[in-house]
Amino acid sequence: MKKVIEIVDTIDTAKVYTELSDPKSGGICVFVGAVREFTNNEEVIALEFETYKEMALKEMEKIADSAIEKWALNKVVMRHAVGEKGVEEPVVVVGASSAHRDACFEACRYLIDTLKETVPIWKKEKFKNKTIWVSAHP
Amino acid sequence: MNVLFFGITKDIVGSSAINFNEELKPANVGSLKKKLIDTYPEFSKLNSLAVAVNSEYADDTLALTGNEEIAIIPPVSGG
Repeated sequence: MKKVIEIVDTIDTAKVYTELSDPKSGGICVFVGAVREFTNNEEVIALEFETYKEMALKEMEKIADSAIEKWALNKVVMRHAVGEKGVEEPVVVVGASSAHRDACFEACRYLIDTLKETVPIWKKEKFKNKTIWVSAHP
Repeated sequence: MNVLFFGITKDIVGSSAINFNEELKPANVGSLKKKLIDTYPEFSKLNSLAVAVNSEYADDTLALTGNEEIAIIPPVSGG
């Protein structure tokens, strides 16, 4: 299969290489987003993700399709987690495989940057004394 | 007309869905947004407020019949 598009409870970062490996690909590029311990010097206990799943999968398909067309990719993976995630846990994995490395590096950046702009997924930061919906307010 | 809420809008409304009855039903996406902002002033403080109709982003001019799946999309923050 050319594309893997998923919203999951837990991300297994180990399987992405097999999913992107392809006889025509000489380059595979992967980005993993994880929970960082500090935001603006405040300790993060956990991040909680929710999604409008049906729409999120559609938007991720659109992003993957446009990347495949623009960079002639052989394979694409876009996988996002939902639920509560602790420090160092992976929350998103995107990757691309292509004949040469330039295409998959550029495509990988496009995949994560566009996901963050358009895919209906929301992140709540949980600190010791408060919780904040990220990017909701100016 | 059933409207779904996510993220911070779900907290503001205090529910994941609201049902508008026939008489109060907004005619298009723009008037739905206006009605929500009038009812919940907190909505006007958000960085953005988008509406999805049948799980696609919709322009303010799109007419609503009430049979669509309508969702309120506050600023997204995946990744």
